[in-house]
Amino acid sequence: MTAYGRRAWIVLWKDLLTERRSKESLNALFFFSLLLLFLFQFALGPDRERLQAALPGLLWLGFVLAGLLGLGRVFIAERDNDCWEGLLLTPGDKSAIYLGKLLANFVLMTVVEVVLVGLFGVFYNVDLWGVLGPLAVVLFLGTVGLSAVGTLFAAMTAQVRARELLFPVLLLPVQVPVLLATVSATQIVLGGQPLAEAASWLKLLAGADVVYLVIGLLTFEFILDA
Amino acid sequence: MITAAGLRKSFARTPVIDGVSLEVPAGTCLVLLGPNGAGKTTLLRILATLVRPSSGSLTVAGVDALRSPEAVREAIAMVAHGSYVYEDLSALENLRFWATMGGHDASEGRLLAALSQVELEAVAHERARTFSSGMKRRIGLARVALGRARLLLLDEPFTGLDRQGRKWLSEFLLAFKGGGGAVVLATHSFEGALGVADRIAILAGGRLVLDQPAADLSRDDLRRLYDDLTEGSPR
Repeated sequence: MTAYGRRAWIVLWKDLLTERRSKESLNALFFFSLLLLFLFQFALGPDRERLQAALPGLLWLGFVLAGLLGLGRVFIAERDNDCWEGLLLTPGDKSAIYLGKLLANFVLMTVVEVVLVGLFGVFYNVDLWGVLGPLAVVLFLGTVGLSAVGTLFAAMTAQVRARELLFPVLLLPVQVPVLLATVSATQIVLGGQPLAEAASWLKLLAGADVVYLVIGLLTFEFILDA
Repeated sequence: MITAAGLRKSFARTPVIDGVSLEVPAGTCLVLLGPNGAGKTTLLRILATLVRPSSGSLTVAGVDALRSPEAVREAIAMVAHGSYVYEDLSALENLRFWATMGGHDASEGRLLAALSQVELEAVAHERARTFSSGMKRRIGLARVALGRARLLLLDEPFTGLDRQGRKWLSEFLLAFKGGGGAVVLATHSFEGALGVADRIAILAGGRLVLDQPAADLSRDDLRRLYDDLTEGSPR
């Protein structure tokens, strides 16, 4: 493995190990997701048609809100004991840190999404087995987009005082292309249509992912240094 | 190792470092003394390339550190107020993380040897959350021992260390100097300073008001000079 790869890997390893031990984000995210499900259930009532139409939006609203909670915390551990300063002083390409953090966020968000999708199926009596494959493709591309841009903005706002306010204000407008594409693609997939029907949305999603990833990798060093 | 000339830094138009010039050759230790707010930490952060000065020049290990900060960071190790320790990782895991990030050999034997050097091998697998601030500071020094740094910057390193820890730290710094490394140490501890310093500098109001060989100064001389030179400066 190259030095770059080792650096990205050790950041991923450190973040996941820290989360496994502290369970700070995962516990909060699970309870938050559960609360969302109850709220949506109360808001929409038992009308199955309305539920079917709203389900893709609700699903991604749940992911985004959970993501706002989880992604915003990703650099908080670096502020304790001035670890941020230590990262700045490490030699080599700093984008390895971004990549490691992004992968850690991707893993955490995927865990939350798997549980949330399962609970959605149970709560709203939706048979997801038949569409699991295509849904996984949409979830993968959407989660990459959310993690890429979320990790970057989390780094940007980690050192500012009003970060809890700034983080969603900055993040949500930038996530619009990802959300638009994922909700539309999810609607097609949950409607039982083949994945090819969602090809144009998936292309938009993949394009947005690549753009966010490249911007993140290229700008992270300046953000860390700022 | 370090050549700095005319360093200036202002925050919101208030000068914090005001025309500081200094030279720290390899194999020597410069101790920075000064009251609170004198600019010691800011000067250390400038030398570490963490803060860019408003003007002046800085060369570290023969490289222009203001033009190419990234190129000199491999030569720099810093033990600052924060210990760079992750609370939910063990001592060994912390070292593994920083050794890998620094591009160094992170084999377990080497990490344990570094922990043994700072007398923490018995708690290698315990989480840092349970450690005292002195123990975390030792992890920071073990991190330095693992790297290839030639310039060591320390901010109040004697804080939180017991008598044995202070003695151990002095020995560590002498060994680092002996290996050809340069040390810049900011402290309030006169005893600790005189034990390791080759030169002593006093910073007051952002200016270097004294820079003398430590061998020329007794503890009493130093106290008298310190009181005279820092009188009236903000504390």
